[in-house]
Amino acid sequence: MEATANSFYQDKVVIRLIQFSVIWAVAAMAVGVYISAELVWPGIDFGQFWLSFGRLRPLHTNGIIFGFGVSALMATAFYSVQRTSHVTLYAPRLAWFCCYAWQLIVLLGGLSLLAGWTSSKEYAELEWPFDIAIAIVWVSFGIVFFGTIAKRKIRPIYISNWFYGSLIIVIAMLHIVNNLAIPVTLDKSYSLYAGAQDAVVQWWYGHNAVGFLLTGGFLGMVYYFLPKHAGRPIWSYRLSVVAFWAFVYSYIWAGPHHLHYSAIPEWVQSLAMGMSLILLAPSWATMINGIMTVSTAWEKLRTDPALKFIVLSLAFYGLATFEGPMMSIRSVNVVSHFTDWTVGHVHSGALGWNAMITYGTFYFLVPRLVGRELHSTRLANMHFWMALAGTMLYIMSMWAAGVSQGLLWLSVDQLGELSFGFKDIMASMTPYYLMRLVAGLVFLGGTLLMAYNLFMTLKGQQPKRASIPAVDPAYGMS
Amino acid sequence: MNGLTFHRKVEENTGLLIFGILFVSAIGGLVQLMPVLNQESLETATANTRPYSAVELTGRDIYIREGCSVCHSQQVRPLVAELERYGPYSRAGEFVYDRPFLWGSKRTGPDLHRLAGKYSDDWHRIHLLDPRAVVENSIMPAYPWLAERAASETGNIEAKMTALRRLGHPYTDEEIANAESDLEGVMEIDALIAYLQMLGTGYSAEEESGE
Repeated sequence: MEATANSFYQDKVVIRLIQFSVIWAVAAMAVGVYISAELVWPGIDFGQFWLSFGRLRPLHTNGIIFGFGVSALMATAFYSVQRTSHVTLYAPRLAWFCCYAWQLIVLLGGLSLLAGWTSSKEYAELEWPFDIAIAIVWVSFGIVFFGTIAKRKIRPIYISNWFYGSLIIVIAMLHIVNNLAIPVTLDKSYSLYAGAQDAVVQWWYGHNAVGFLLTGGFLGMVYYFLPKHAGRPIWSYRLSVVAFWAFVYSYIWAGPHHLHYSAIPEWVQSLAMGMSLILLAPSWATMINGIMTVSTAWEKLRTDPALKFIVLSLAFYGLATFEGPMMSIRSVNVVSHFTDWTVGHVHSGALGWNAMITYGTFYFLVPRLVGRELHSTRLANMHFWMALAGTMLYIMSMWAAGVSQGLLWLSVDQLGELSFGFKDIMASMTPYYLMRLVAGLVFLGGTLLMAYNLFMTLKGQQPKRASIPAVDPAYGMS
Repeated sequence: MNGLTFHRKVEENTGLLIFGILFVSAIGGLVQLMPVLNQESLETATANTRPYSAVELTGRDIYIREGCSVCHSQQVRPLVAELERYGPYSRAGEFVYDRPFLWGSKRTGPDLHRLAGKYSDDWHRIHLLDPRAVVENSIMPAYPWLAERAASETGNIEAKMTALRRLGHPYTDEEIANAESDLEGVMEIDALIAYLQMLGTGYSAEEESGE
């Protein structure tokens, strides 16, 4: 066969997206470290509005989710959908548009948050001009992704593509419905929903942004890169299919567990709690499927830092998806809600699961994309232990802080009087907040090591042109 | 056709896959959202709940802009300790003019839903400009710029109230026409304090007991 542009995979856009993802990871984690220091030394905002905690905290979360997370998801989706379809990307120019337009949204959106443009809805803070831009890029992402699947040469659509597909479709639905608003000026709009109704819509979005972006999308990463890396097929393909539909069906119900004991109807709270408990089943099915896939390849863990990251990320996925349903139980939630326990829970997911699976994937992918060895395995191993230590210290300090807050706030004496003043409880948090600051610094340090390591691996290298292999007739399109 | 052969069809068809995901993921949302969005009691204001005045609305938008809701909830739960600490628990009818809702998800600082009247305007002014001057060990940021900016700079108040009226908030033509003059001479910090001093005033014990 003659070699044409169509006989090679499009990998340049993948490399560029990985570079952006790492840049956002470093930047947004640095902001996180800074605001955690503000909770210990509140004076370090120096009276500047753009350094104020209330503006920087959304910048931190948006930078991580949309900068680091989505760039990594786009990169790995573009990489794996080509390999599993045995074709090059559909509409490659549109893929480049997604890549750069998205970075522009994250950059300008971040600046707009500093300027105080915000809808205040968590993880949907960006104002309406950005919401429209996000919708356009997201649809383009969908066209490239599903277009590639539609022209595939392999008959079955591989399971990783289902998870990436659910990411694209469900996030589009949530994003559009939750952000419906009447614009007033460029920087201000009013939500179409008010009060209790707005709360239910927002947490339907908020919880499932976690569900389908930070879980569904990243599970796509697991299902492609874990078997590739372990050199083993998925332990049970059938289990992955069952877990997929159970996951897509049940996740969406769980949002109102963020609103226990609030003014929304009680049946909505109870239903959300029940479905949150059910959600444990598909979550753990996926985790077990992943762990069993590596179970005959444990010896690789001794030499391969990338696989270590991926296996550890599954352990944290299991931990976070166990903790989540427990926290959704009303009698547990009464203690955990509004406290730093929630912050710790989010970070056991974001650091232990999302960041680790991404790091493992990048360590695996970047050397392959340029056809050379990773610059330093030793640095990658150091990064692994720093990431683990940072995450554990973070979670434990926030458990301690959150459980103390929750119990001390609720404590009343025999006469029904409050045992502790709010101020005193708040003041007693400093040691935990300091510990969390150290945890963040260690985790950020590890991320910097990776940035350097990947930079040195890519330095001066041209992307390797990977040719599309012949299709096994047993799986080809008939 | 058994389940496995049916699923094989889905596994090999892009359109079915897209439709299947959309359908299956939409069910939960529809079952929960549709009844809630159509429940009238959630849209019915309590007797003392009224739309925000021009100054209060400006204050509320400043509260949103500064991210106050990142650290302060506005949702008192029906628990003994919370009733004791904050006051009567929050009712749905008190929030019908809240776009967006500001219940929050974290109490780095205390809940603010029943804040009205607990402290004087002067206390709030000092506290916002220098929290540690009145609360030892506070970790709240200071907001010095609020005292330096006029409330009229916060945004187009007439356009805001007109937009809210389109969404059903009962503002009169007169209220909207006077909005700009209401903001004259008001600094951002004054507007924010006006908002804080009306937080939670929608509740009345008489209405609850049915008198």
